[in-house]
Amino acid sequence: MGELIRCTDVCKDYVRGAERVGVLRNVDLSVQDGTFTALMGPSGSGKTTLLNLIGGLDSPTSGEIEVDGLRLDSVNARALSAWRARSVGFVFQFYNLLPVLNAQRNVELPLLLTGLSRSERRKNAGLALEIVGLADRGKHKPGELSGGQQQRVAIARALVSDPCLLVCDEPTGDLDRSTADEILELLQTLHRELGKTIVMVTHDPRAADRAQHTLHMDKGRLVSNIEGLGTEVA
Amino acid sequence: MKLSSLLWANLLRKPTRTSLTFVSLAIAFLLFMLLRAISDAFSGGVSMEGMDRIVIDSRYSLTDNLPLSYVERIRALDEVDQVTNVSWFGGYYREPRNAFATYPVDPESYFDIFREQGISADTLARFRSVRVSAVASEALAAHYGWQPGDTIPIVQDIFPQEGGSWTWQFELAGTFQYAGGELLLIHYDYFNEAVVGWGKDQVGWLVGRVADPKEVDAAIRTIDGMFENSPDPTRSTTEDEYRRQFASQLGDIGAISGMILMAVFFTILLLTGNTAAQGFAERVPELAAMKTLGFPDGSVAALVLAEALALCLGGATAGIAIAWLLEPGLEANLGGMIGSFDLSGWSALQALGLATLLGLLIGAYPAVSARRLTIVDALRER
Repeated sequence: MGELIRCTDVCKDYVRGAERVGVLRNVDLSVQDGTFTALMGPSGSGKTTLLNLIGGLDSPTSGEIEVDGLRLDSVNARALSAWRARSVGFVFQFYNLLPVLNAQRNVELPLLLTGLSRSERRKNAGLALEIVGLADRGKHKPGELSGGQQQRVAIARALVSDPCLLVCDEPTGDLDRSTADEILELLQTLHRELGKTIVMVTHDPRAADRAQHTLHMDKGRLVSNIEGLGTEVA
Repeated sequence: MKLSSLLWANLLRKPTRTSLTFVSLAIAFLLFMLLRAISDAFSGGVSMEGMDRIVIDSRYSLTDNLPLSYVERIRALDEVDQVTNVSWFGGYYREPRNAFATYPVDPESYFDIFREQGISADTLARFRSVRVSAVASEALAAHYGWQPGDTIPIVQDIFPQEGGSWTWQFELAGTFQYAGGELLLIHYDYFNEAVVGWGKDQVGWLVGRVADPKEVDAAIRTIDGMFENSPDPTRSTTEDEYRRQFASQLGDIGAISGMILMAVFFTILLLTGNTAAQGFAERVPELAAMKTLGFPDGSVAALVLAEALALCLGGATAGIAIAWLLEPGLEANLGGMIGSFDLSGWSALQALGLATLLGLLIGAYPAVSARRLTIVDALRER
């Protein structure tokens, strides 16, 4: 099990008007391949910002971020887009599915960026929907599905390119307890059976309990590492 | 699935809004095609047959007549080879909606001047010999199914006959070739004898052919000089120039249609642009999600721009198609009045070019905004 994510002295500032606000301060982090990590902390602690940096959605103000051997802080936007398409699956609180496409086509969407044929894309999308238990809902549009089903479609979309890393931002934040448990169960299954590396931001301690280890953030810094298996905070 | 599927899905996201925009674009481009055809009809170039022809009209206005005696006086000029007189008759066949141009003409000289309007020797002989006869353009005769020998009743609203009847009866002598659509020619002598009051011994305008086309300007100066101090002064021009002046007396058709189209397309630009901007604002999270999945900035911007282009080109294509479907009917109803009502392939190409420009203008703001959209900011605003 090698190191998949390494953050070294990462800082992130945002400029709001004339003020520069430091959101992340000197974060050092190492996440091993194949682990399930929860990132907790109060609102404004910087956990989503850190997740965005790890997922290549944003760039650090300073410091180094290396994921799966690629220095994310030193590549251009186009290369970063290509890397995201290849290496990362995203799961958001509000699903972010395209309402005009049915579930099958939403899952197929990331595969348009690959060289796969149409039949291969359909086959892979169908397989991903099968993994999340929605093989029979491919023709339904997001508006015709429950919140839990939409999140399952979003997870299928995150999986379909077979990325090495899944980043999940409050994946159960918009769901009731029972449905949230089902989604967390699914994420655990993906980690356990498919060996996916998962980094999940959550406010919910019960959700964090599903992870192998939990990192806590406060005021832009990583402050603790519970269980610490495979995850190191410097 | 391809990105084009996503394009269509996005266009059909709000079917009512898209349909209304599509229909407004189609109507705008239909208007473009029709106004272009009308403008072309008025500004159409003169044929080679008309290079040696001059039109002699009243200097006062298009609607003023000239004395019949001018025909022989002009014919006597050395510069003029032949001259014929034409008048406006108007009227309609059975019902007011069956209106077409009808001219009382001199059958002896008319077809000698307008040689491009081919007529058979038999038909011409019949037309010349029977004073109540008329000849119809082929399009007009075909439209109403007229055959030689048929009696054609023309209902008048300007010229009553002696005895008070407003319906003039003509016997169809035959047909002649006329590129301008629908036209009926009747005997001037018959008209002149039967008409009561205004119009008697008057002609609408004269058309002369000069002996030497190079001497057109000299002939014009001679003719207008001859009547300069008379109660009915003339204004002579080449046939080409006459058409232009005719158009300018009705108003500068080209300029008017251009202004109408500018107003239409400016309004369309604002309305459709506003709709596109609203549509973009509604889709910011989706576009951010696409970028998250790895779609490059340029691809997302191209998708947004392609949607605007597809809508505009689709609307333009529909407008052009409708115009083409309407052309035969419009040609039949307007052709006789304004000349030839023809939709041109060049106008269709211009419409498609305009649609492309419109699509680029409408799609530019959303596309640039989509390109600049930062994922983190867009997702945070959700």
